[in-house]
Amino acid sequence: MKIIMSKNYFQVIRAGIHTTFQDEGRKNLYHVGIPFSGAMDKRNYLLSNKLVGNKINSPVLEFAYQGPLLKYFGNKINIAITGDVNFRIKKKDITIDGNCYQSLNLEDGDEVDILSTNKSVYGYLAIGGQIDLKYQWSSCSINTKASIGANDGKKFENEQVINISKLNNHSVEKKLNYINTKIENIRIIKGTNFDYFSDKGKRIFLEKVFIVSKLTDRMGMRLEGPKIENVIDTNIKSEGLIKGVIQVPADGNPIVMLSDHGTIGGYPKIGVVISADYDKLVQLSPGSKIKFKQVDLSSAENLFKLYDLETQNLISQIE
Amino acid sequence: MIKNILNLGDAALYCDFGKEINRETNTQVIRYFKSIQKENIVSINNLSPSYNKLIISFDLKKTNFKDLKKLIENLDITNEDDLENKKIEVPVCCDENFALDIVRLENKLNLKREKIYENFFSKEFFCYMTGFIAGMPFLGDLSKNMRAKRLETPRVRVPKGSVALTEQFANIYTFESPGGWNVIGNSPLRIFDSSKEESPNLINPGDIVLFKEISKNQYENYNE
Repeated sequence: MKIIMSKNYFQVIRAGIHTTFQDEGRKNLYHVGIPFSGAMDKRNYLLSNKLVGNKINSPVLEFAYQGPLLKYFGNKINIAITGDVNFRIKKKDITIDGNCYQSLNLEDGDEVDILSTNKSVYGYLAIGGQIDLKYQWSSCSINTKASIGANDGKKFENEQVINISKLNNHSVEKKLNYINTKIENIRIIKGTNFDYFSDKGKRIFLEKVFIVSKLTDRMGMRLEGPKIENVIDTNIKSEGLIKGVIQVPADGNPIVMLSDHGTIGGYPKIGVVISADYDKLVQLSPGSKIKFKQVDLSSAENLFKLYDLETQNLISQIE
Repeated sequence: MIKNILNLGDAALYCDFGKEINRETNTQVIRYFKSIQKENIVSINNLSPSYNKLIISFDLKKTNFKDLKKLIENLDITNEDDLENKKIEVPVCCDENFALDIVRLENKLNLKREKIYENFFSKEFFCYMTGFIAGMPFLGDLSKNMRAKRLETPRVRVPKGSVALTEQFANIYTFESPGGWNVIGNSPLRIFDSSKEESPNLINPGDIVLFKEISKNQYENYNE
């Protein structure tokens, strides 16, 4: 790969476990077999952009668990990190611990070392300016399964560069007082195949604790726990899937569909995670406990309104 | 016609067209899909047509289940036969290195491989839907004596281009992917092309597909 560097750029010294460019994702492509993708935790994605004065739907870096180590070259630039993230800024003669939800300046030669997401999965790094990226279907979101989006649809690799084509005008430092709350209860609406399961199976699903397994990525979250018994059929005729659907295959262990999910599936749908809880769900790291709580449609709609209002309030607090 | 509309979560309509899986039901699904697509309803952010279902995803900030359901129920759906049925020929090489499950399939179906391929290559397939992975077509219907279950343990990696069978359907793996279908050959044809944003899929719902056997030599020298 030939590396072309612009005047202002980051060099990726360490790529991290799964670092990608993400924005709001792409829509109206399920029928082709392409999911939404986009930032997993939408609230933290929007906040990161607002903190550096970008349009809030601009592309950002999303990282999982261990993030990247980046070295910056160029004129003074503004960045911000959101999520629950441990990171350090290495300047010429000093290393400082970074604070999330606070914009900060980088100068030529400075390094950002994103060590880990703290008891969570995803964090976001927004860059104050325009990143030079390829768009496909109006989105640069990287979908590694279909090799779509910026970076040839691949996750970050060591030694690649991130070119910045335009820097934002310098503005005052921005800050937000915000702490990510952890939740154990994930609220769901009954799925279209809820009655495929035995009474005992339904009770297990709604009352018992499940553990997030290591087999969890941007496509799906596999859960482990007491088996959910199917009494009708362990297969359905293949049909569409959406984000948040909980399928239960023959082995009785639920799988929650996440942003890069396969668009068609043939396992019964026992439930669907409500829109208001999706951002919190994706932040549950392997080993976390999870309990499902059933709500009805109108409660789910109201909870989403509240959640969205809260997000809008947080965004408007950053000025 | 839609038999029933349920909610799938709080941001999708689940439209059921009946239990039967056949071309008539699926043609209805595709008609609805295309009619809704033409309407450009801004609150809708995805449509998933399948054999006998249509899932309509929407932006919960812009509408809700009740309102969108009403809108869909009152939509004029074209009943004219205006669906394009493109005919597409797909070359398949059945060399032993590609036909990963042919021996298994001979046993499952109690048919000799010559007979399996004869049945397969003489059939005209109908594309019911695309998806799971980008561009993968679900094609039917295989005759009754050709229907086999999925592998008991799915492969972690099915090679790109694999042509595979299960139940009454055939499909083509457009990417390397996990999968449990019985692989009988491989096609060098590019089925999904992300650089063509207008129509990335070579095969679309409603299209007719014919498979044509090619030799290993033709496969290796295949030029689109």
